[in-house]
Amino acid sequence: MIDAVGNPQSVLLLGSTSEIGLAIVRRLAGGRPIRVVLAGRPSSGLPGAVAALSQQGCSVETVDFDALQPRTAADVVAKAFAGGDIDVAVVAFGLLGDAEQAWQSVDAAVDLATVNYTAAVSVGVALAGRFQAQGHGALVALSSVAGERVRRSNFVYGSSKAGMDGFYLGLAEALRPSGVRVTVVRPGFVKTRMTAGMSPAPLSVTPDQVADVVADAVRNRRELVWAPPPLRAVMSVLRHVPRPIFRRLPL
Amino acid sequence: MSAHPSVPPTAARQRLSGFGRTAPTTALVAPMTTEADVLAALREPGPRGVTARGLGRSYGDPAQNAGGLVLDMTGLDRIHAIDTDTGSGYGTARVDAGVSLDALMRAALPFGLWVPVLPGTRQVTVGGAIASDVHGKNHHSAGSFGNHVLSLDLACADGRVRTLSPDGPDSELFWATVGGMGLTGIILRATIQLRPTESAYFVVDTDRTENLDELMALLTDGSDERYDYSAAWFDTTTTGAALGRAVLTRGSLARRDELPAKLRRAPLRFDAPQLLRFPDVFPNGLANPRTLRAFSELWYRKAPKRQRDAVQNITAFYQTLDVFADWNRVYGRRGFLQYQFIVPFGAEDTFRRIVEIIASSNHASGLNVLKRFGAGNNAPLSFPAPGWTICVDFPIAAGLSELCTELDELVLDAGGRHYLAKESRTSAAAIRRGYPRLDEWRKVRSAADPNGVFTSDMARRLELV
Repeated sequence: MIDAVGNPQSVLLLGSTSEIGLAIVRRLAGGRPIRVVLAGRPSSGLPGAVAALSQQGCSVETVDFDALQPRTAADVVAKAFAGGDIDVAVVAFGLLGDAEQAWQSVDAAVDLATVNYTAAVSVGVALAGRFQAQGHGALVALSSVAGERVRRSNFVYGSSKAGMDGFYLGLAEALRPSGVRVTVVRPGFVKTRMTAGMSPAPLSVTPDQVADVVADAVRNRRELVWAPPPLRAVMSVLRHVPRPIFRRLPL
Repeated sequence: MSAHPSVPPTAARQRLSGFGRTAPTTALVAPMTTEADVLAALREPGPRGVTARGLGRSYGDPAQNAGGLVLDMTGLDRIHAIDTDTGSGYGTARVDAGVSLDALMRAALPFGLWVPVLPGTRQVTVGGAIASDVHGKNHHSAGSFGNHVLSLDLACADGRVRTLSPDGPDSELFWATVGGMGLTGIILRATIQLRPTESAYFVVDTDRTENLDELMALLTDGSDERYDYSAAWFDTTTTGAALGRAVLTRGSLARRDELPAKLRRAPLRFDAPQLLRFPDVFPNGLANPRTLRAFSELWYRKAPKRQRDAVQNITAFYQTLDVFADWNRVYGRRGFLQYQFIVPFGAEDTFRRIVEIIASSNHASGLNVLKRFGAGNNAPLSFPAPGWTICVDFPIAAGLSELCTELDELVLDAGGRHYLAKESRTSAAAIRRGYPRLDEWRKVRSAADPNGVFTSDMARRLELV
């Protein structure tokens, strides 16, 4: 159960080696011995992630999940819930890919759309059913400001995030009567492995800063947050910039 | 959630939270009006179990059951009998579990009988008062609510109704039910012992103290034993020489001849209006350290420095907030939590330290109560024990979790524990440490409910069952 001050007892991370996702889990655990389920592809980073969380006193389970196989979402989620209620599920997997390749190669585009959109949607549907049945829970979906106004420089990624963002905002409405809270998080430029080598945009954040925003949103049952929060104002302006001007902006 | 064939068609999914308005979850809430309703509901409890809910005055989550079934007991509200002459000098009341202590008090008063234990609000049910083993300002003289229960009828997981008494054949289950947070079964009815009274008024003495030390001196100089009722409000916003300055109010039920002539004509009359229902419009953060400091200053200043023999009714004496409905809304949508603990006698330094920590933190608390407890009872999960109980409340804000965790350590290291009726955020380990008889209680509970039909959000959160 999530307690009165917003601390959960169990967290499911989909995207088991996502740096942002793991930072969120650490932050939600806050040094308390919670149950953590990491769902993702077996990778070289996984044992390290498991060890780090175990060392903080968490009991860690792992479930295999390949986001390129979206239809397996129901099984994956069932396995994650087999050990008991999940209080917070964090949908943190995603592919950035090579932006230029992504719009010119069918395979690259399909992979990106499958992982970022189709798999995110399938996981959302599976989680929604579980959360409704258990009568409580918080679902955190990592979207991106790239999906808020899709731009030329990474529009395949941006459009996939726009899609998942819209899905989870809709899911938030659909789950409202059941008391299950969905939080859509729109980070800006996050300094991670995924963005290594790219020059950080203004208002860039670290995974830990995103985690702080998420923990706050879970505690306050917020539905839509930006990381860092000032991005909300920036994006609200950018959304309305006419296209002839928008395309000239160095974004 | 699948449809429940065994509950009344008026059952509906509802979002529930405790009085602190934190951690809401959704459950199928089924209104109960008869014993048959309860037994029918228990026949098919569903995979996520059942719990009972009364008037929802617990601050945390004991009367919630996410994804499961919650039996709304407030419709089971008959007062079956009030007996004035039992030969022992005491009276008795046989009541359904959903009867509120307010209704019981009002029904008993015309017979010259008084509900022996009343907590800070009368808006709790008899079932809830037993399940939380509530205490009042008179704990040092009368013990907790469970001490006055002569028998209770419990609908058990096997569909049978057992009549339990404190020293009958099922006394273990009786004492597991007292303070058992509803996890042993559904309390249907109870017979409560009532004490005789000549009036519905108290004769009250008030002392304002400059600080915590002065308060402790007053509470330990033996004068407390002269009063049946005693508790202090103290300030957590002042530091230094004024650390924990307090207003101590103590009194006893008035004899008829202690009343002024005007009240003597109808000494058993009770009349306390509900003045105001707070609307749900208060923003988060209205109750903040600044406003709570101002409130504390006012509360302290308005109390007389020293007053003797004031005649007050119970609302004026210690259920002041009962004149307001939904006052918890003042804390805004984020809600608040109450932190109530006990430390044994001898651990006075611990709670001085705790008051210092609160006073120097970014969190403030307005409604703070300090009370000296008397002897505890037989119930393994009953909260009161000889020592000091302190209750503070905090609006939910960032950093509160860390503050409370820091306080937990101090409380537990001093041999203290948390009050489950107020609890909303601690760990299972903290409850295990504070309640050394938890395993004994679990054994009795699981014998009565081997399949775990009775559960709640609190039971899951604190791994009680």
